[in-house]
Amino acid sequence: MEVTLQNLTKIYPGRGRKRQEEVTALKDVSFRIPDGQLIGLLGPSGCGKSTTLHLLSGLQKPTSGRIFFGADDVTDLPPQKRGIGLVFQNYALYPHLSVMQNILFPLQNLKGKEKLTKALMSEKAYEAAKLVQIEDLMDRKPGELSGGQQQRVAIARALVKRPKVLLLDEPLSNLDARLRLQTREEIKRIQRETKITTIFVTHDQEEAMSISDQIVVMKEGIVQQIGQPQEVYDDPCNLFVAKFLGTPSVNLLEGQLRAHSLYIGGESVLSVPDTEETREVCVGIRPEGFVLQAQGALHCELCSVEVMGRDNSVVSAHPASLMPKLRSIISAEQKVETKNPVVSFDLKPSKTYLFDKETEKRIPIKLQTRSQV
Amino acid sequence: MRARERFERWKGWLYLLPAILFLGAFFVYPMVDVLIYSFEEGYNSASQTYFGIGTYNYSYVLHDPYFLQAVKNTCLLVVITVPLSTGIALLIAAGLHAIRPLRNLLQTIYFLPYVTNTLAVGLVFMILFKKTPYSDGFVNLLIQWFGGSSVDFIEGPYWAKMFVLCFYTIWVVMPFKILILTAALASVNPEYYQAAKVDGTSEFRIFVRITLPMISPMIFYLVITGFIGAFKAYSDVVALFGTDLNAAKMNTIVGYVYDMLYGDSGGYPSYASAAAILLFAIVLTITCINLLVSSKKAVKAW
Repeated sequence: MEVTLQNLTKIYPGRGRKRQEEVTALKDVSFRIPDGQLIGLLGPSGCGKSTTLHLLSGLQKPTSGRIFFGADDVTDLPPQKRGIGLVFQNYALYPHLSVMQNILFPLQNLKGKEKLTKALMSEKAYEAAKLVQIEDLMDRKPGELSGGQQQRVAIARALVKRPKVLLLDEPLSNLDARLRLQTREEIKRIQRETKITTIFVTHDQEEAMSISDQIVVMKEGIVQQIGQPQEVYDDPCNLFVAKFLGTPSVNLLEGQLRAHSLYIGGESVLSVPDTEETREVCVGIRPEGFVLQAQGALHCELCSVEVMGRDNSVVSAHPASLMPKLRSIISAEQKVETKNPVVSFDLKPSKTYLFDKETEKRIPIKLQTRSQV
Repeated sequence: MRARERFERWKGWLYLLPAILFLGAFFVYPMVDVLIYSFEEGYNSASQTYFGIGTYNYSYVLHDPYFLQAVKNTCLLVVITVPLSTGIALLIAAGLHAIRPLRNLLQTIYFLPYVTNTLAVGLVFMILFKKTPYSDGFVNLLIQWFGGSSVDFIEGPYWAKMFVLCFYTIWVVMPFKILILTAALASVNPEYYQAAKVDGTSEFRIFVRITLPMISPMIFYLVITGFIGAFKAYSDVVALFGTDLNAAKMNTIVGYVYDMLYGDSGGYPSYASAAAILLFAIVLTITCINLLVSSKKAVKAW
């Protein structure tokens, strides 16, 4: 099911006697989710991603704007008529019911023509349980299950009615680090098998990047960028997106465009053939955008080298840096001379971004390596 | 060093000592005393003598029509008021939980009977129900207005008096139950309701399948304390029907015990003790049954 959000705005009224200022959680959000994709809504807390999910589920109504599932306008439909499955952050499994009863619960609500026989219901429940691999736990109570198992039960309960859209609210936030890796692959597999359009909310960029077909990066109720994870990572449209995606995060320095060149701290590091203008810019360099080079253009003061096995992380300082330390990832095969107080780098043009200092928007100018003289 | 060790071992008991002394003097000793009294036949409180030891006191009490009447009254009161008051309180609490405006005001109003004095409330009920030479009482005026004939609720037929007593008891015990149940309802995580709503669960099914099991421990608590409270009813009956309860056929077991001790026909501590022990046995049995049923249900529900 294709999902379309059209100019969605959500304003929460001020609360309490003194009528505090109203809060705009979403501002004119529009995007389209193609059928059968896994979409990650990504952003820091308070960015409106959970509000977006609640609007899609129908538990909350937008202040303005429309939501379409396929060609149908579902904006005014209550949750149960939208054909969605929703997995809550804390799973919201009914503690007094067994796993089986929990999964059966949505089916037992069906009335009239849709009503199923008991045999059919339990068949469907087992089918859903098999999909998430919990068929051995059907008689247990949620309290007797681990966090990961509870998560699976919650997904089975959301899937048992074969929803058109599956919504997951922070699906991995309550799991420990190892289960998280396992469960996110599990979610990907379930989504692949069922081909249900799935939208999940997360504040963890790694989580979103690793399994999503597309990510939607949000900030303060506004969509910043939408695209395939790699695309968004390689081509961030503004400073926020560049900073939010990637660990270690992007390195920021002050730079200057002058005479067809990008200068950082008085050194020309990359050439900019397409512009004549002279302006101050903010330069973002991905950690993997540094190339260790004896004759490199950028000279930094070496602080330390952190060994990570496959790579080395070179921590250095530069006077033009906007952050306390620069962090670059260098393949472990390249030796870093730690005795030397200065390291020299060349920059990869594709991993270096220029941003406007005022608007923080990306400056769409082509960068090139300096012509070797 | 050894003295210190010994002190460490007995330290706990030392801390418990005040409570043990207090409970022993004011709870265990009287209970045992009552048990002993109940087996002493023909005890005379003036000369502190008795004829012999046996079960005659029990046999007397169990054959006393006043006691049987009191047992009947008490049981009727329990059977009628406990389920009714809990049920109505549940409905009101669910209603209060569902509305937002005026909730606090209504909560306060529903709680008022709890902080009002029993005897004062009894007086109000007298005005509502009692027939006097000047007035038939407010309720009778209503009955007449609807075309019925007036009933004497305080000195009239048995069913009318029982009705007033049950009505009054329910009215008095309800506020506490409403309070407890509203708190229990508020403690249910709203995510369960949201999850149920997304699944298209009807309001009734949400209430029966989710809300009730979630607050069932509180309901069991209310039923058990309700049973115990109703079995011990006395002051309410006095407030409504005066002190000569045997004549009014509205005595309760506790009332019977009191009458045996201090009433006009009183001065029989042995009979009173036997009746008190019988009441204790009844309450203990019913509480045990309640606990058994609830724990079984609770195990099933969980």
